[in-house]
Formats: sequence, structure tokens, C-alpha cells
Amino acid sequence: MTQVDPIIAFFLLGALAGLLRADLRLPQAIYEFLSTLLLLSIGLKGGVELARQPVSGLVPELAAVIALGVVLAGVAFWILRSFGRLARPDAASIAAHYGSVSVGTFAVAVAFLLHANVPYEPKLALFLVVLEVPALLVGILLARGRQSASAWGPVLREVLLGRSVLLLLGGLAIGGFAGAEGMSGLAPLFVDLFKGILALFLLEMGLIASEHFGGLRRHGLFLVGFALVVPVAFGLVGASLGLALGLSPGGTTLLATLAGSASYIAAPAAMRTAVPEANPALSLTASLAITFPFNLIAGIPLYHAISIRLHAWWNVPVTG
Amino acid sequence: MKPSEDKLLTIVAESALERSLVAELDRLGVGGYTIIDARGRGSRGRRSSGWEHTGNIRVEILCNGETAVRILQLLSEQYARDFAMTAWLQDVMRG
Repeated sequence: MTQVDPIIAFFLLGALAGLLRADLRLPQAIYEFLSTLLLLSIGLKGGVELARQPVSGLVPELAAVIALGVVLAGVAFWILRSFGRLARPDAASIAAHYGSVSVGTFAVAVAFLLHANVPYEPKLALFLVVLEVPALLVGILLARGRQSASAWGPVLREVLLGRSVLLLLGGLAIGGFAGAEGMSGLAPLFVDLFKGILALFLLEMGLIASEHFGGLRRHGLFLVGFALVVPVAFGLVGASLGLALGLSPGGTTLLATLAGSASYIAAPAAMRTAVPEANPALSLTASLAITFPFNLIAGIPLYHAISIRLHAWWNVPVTG
Repeated sequence: MKPSEDKLLTIVAESALERSLVAELDRLGVGGYTIIDARGRGSRGRRSSGWEHTGNIRVEILCNGETAVRILQLLSEQYARDFAMTAWLQDVMRG
């Protein structure tokens, strides 16, 4: 059993402070600064590692990851419509959140693996970027149904030029271009301070999540169940894909985490612009107040355990 | 100080609307406006300024009455149903 990483305690501290209405509030600029640093750190690190190996073999894997995002969003939409009886825009918006990924959860999973000394493939940072966008587009298509596709311009702009996609891709490019040597001057900020920045980010996320806990009572048991069960099911799908793609147990854990996480940076902004009739309180309550804390505390260790089991089962030599 | 022909239009709305609101104001030929990050509570719950997705903006526009009414109409037709917002119009004095 791996010891619990202390960064999780920062999230709990923030959530507790929020629930107790303590005198703790970080300005929006701090939140944006911290998330910018995290996005760039993940991108830069992935870029440096990716530059060391040929990228040509990645295309089929990236296609599989895109397909994963599309399928997860579609399945989530179907569950929300058939079992939750949610209105079409609400179901589509929540589906987009769950098909897309959470950078914060990914960062915590990376910290978890570092803490446990488990290696993982650097291309997972690229998978993170690639998984972010397709589900958002699927969500928008599902919400609009057969309506005319008016005004896709601002919507595509929001989806493709959102802060998280831009900074992750920018970080990957800069990291790849600069290489390990070029990055050495930047490492004190982006590599050495990674866990400290993540801890502060989680403190802030705890505060923000606590504001949405009230929504749990209003939106009923179905949403709570959805936000707890779907991540595990999706995590299992992600882990299976990781195994099929030949990822290491660490890489499989990260892909399971990506599949099991729900977006709260890119998706809320994109859905508010593209599907304004959806109630943002529903998707934020589910992704931020339930799924995110669940993944931090229970989900990531669970996905890691699942990945190890799957690998052990898969690699058993066939006899006879 | 004397009464001005201009009116002061104040809009408090979700910060998610900032980009499209600014585009609409430019399209209507509004010469200037001031935008401030804001927080508070209203019929759509508490709006906090700590996070981009739950923040509010307060937009102040000095313009002639006709333009102000056109902006108000646009808000109620296109945005008021789906977005948290309120707006009001005031007379102004100028020195």
C-alpha cells in the first residue's frame, strides 16, 4: 500500500476551509497563474521526453485515444438521457465534461506515480491534450441535435483556443524544441516546484469545490451515483485501452485516470458558450464536487491497482 | 453640473459573457465601456470572483438613450434566458 501523498491533504484543507466559511480566499488571478504553471509544466515535460523518440509511430495510438474520447462522451450522454431522464442540453453538457479530461486529476496521478516510483510513458501528456477536445465537440453536436449548425466560429474558437489546449500544446512544442539541455534553466520553476504548485492549486480547488457541495442536495441521487460510478467504469475502459496499446502499468494508470476524470477547465467554458441552455450547476456539481475529490482520494489508487492486475493477468505465460 | 443627454447603462452578468457582450457593443457602435470583475448574490445563486466559471462582470456604458434601449433589448432577447444577468439604466449629470 502506497502512503497517501500529502498534496491530497491540501485539497481537503481547502474544502474544509470553504465548508467552515473560514477567512481563506485566493484571488482569481492566483488560480489562473497556478493552472497556467501546471499546464505548462505538464506540456514542457512531455515535450522534452517526446523529442527523444520518433513520433511517427504515434498516429494510430492518437487515433485510438480520440476514439476513446468520442465513445466515452457518447456513452455518458446515453446513460444521462436513458437512466437520468435529463434534458438534452444538460445531458450533452455533462457528457462533454466526462468525455473530456481533468488536468488537475492527471497532475495528481503523475505525482502519485512519482511518489510510488512508478515510471510512465511521456506520450501520456500528448494523450491528455488529444483527449481534451473530441468530447467537447461531441457534446456540442449532441446538444444541437439536428438544429442548423449556426455560428460554429466562436464555438470552435472556444474549444480549440481555450487556455488549457493552448498552454499544453505550447508547452509540448517548446519542450520538444528546447530539449532537455535547453530546458535546464527553466527546470527550477517548472519541474522542481511542480508538487508545490500542485499543492497550492489543490488548496484552491478544495475551496472552489466546497462552493459546489450544496448542489449535491439539490440535484439528487442520480447525479451523485453517476459521478461516482461512471469514472470507475470509464477508468476500466481506459485501462483496457492502455493494455491494448502496450503501455506500461504506469502509463496504463494515467490513461485510466484520463478516461475516469471529468473536465472542469476546458469543458465548462466551452459548454457555457456553445450550449448556454444547459444548466452549468449540474455539470460543475458532478465533475467538481463529486468526481474530482473521488478521483483524488480513491480513484487514482484504484486505477493503479486495476492497471497492475490487468498487466499481471495479461502477462501470465500461457502453458500447455 | 447639468443633466446630460447620455444615459448610464449598468449590466451585471456572468463573466462567460464578456467576449460576446463586447462584440455586441462594438457592433452597436458603442464608443466606450468599463468592465469590472464582480461578485455577489442574486436569483441564480452566489457568484464568486475566485474562479473564472462562477465569476461576474459589471459593465458600465455611457451612451445615448436610443443605443441603451437597443442594448437592453438585445440582452433580454438573446441572453437573459440562459445567463445570469441584470441591467439598469440611469440619468447622468455632467460637470
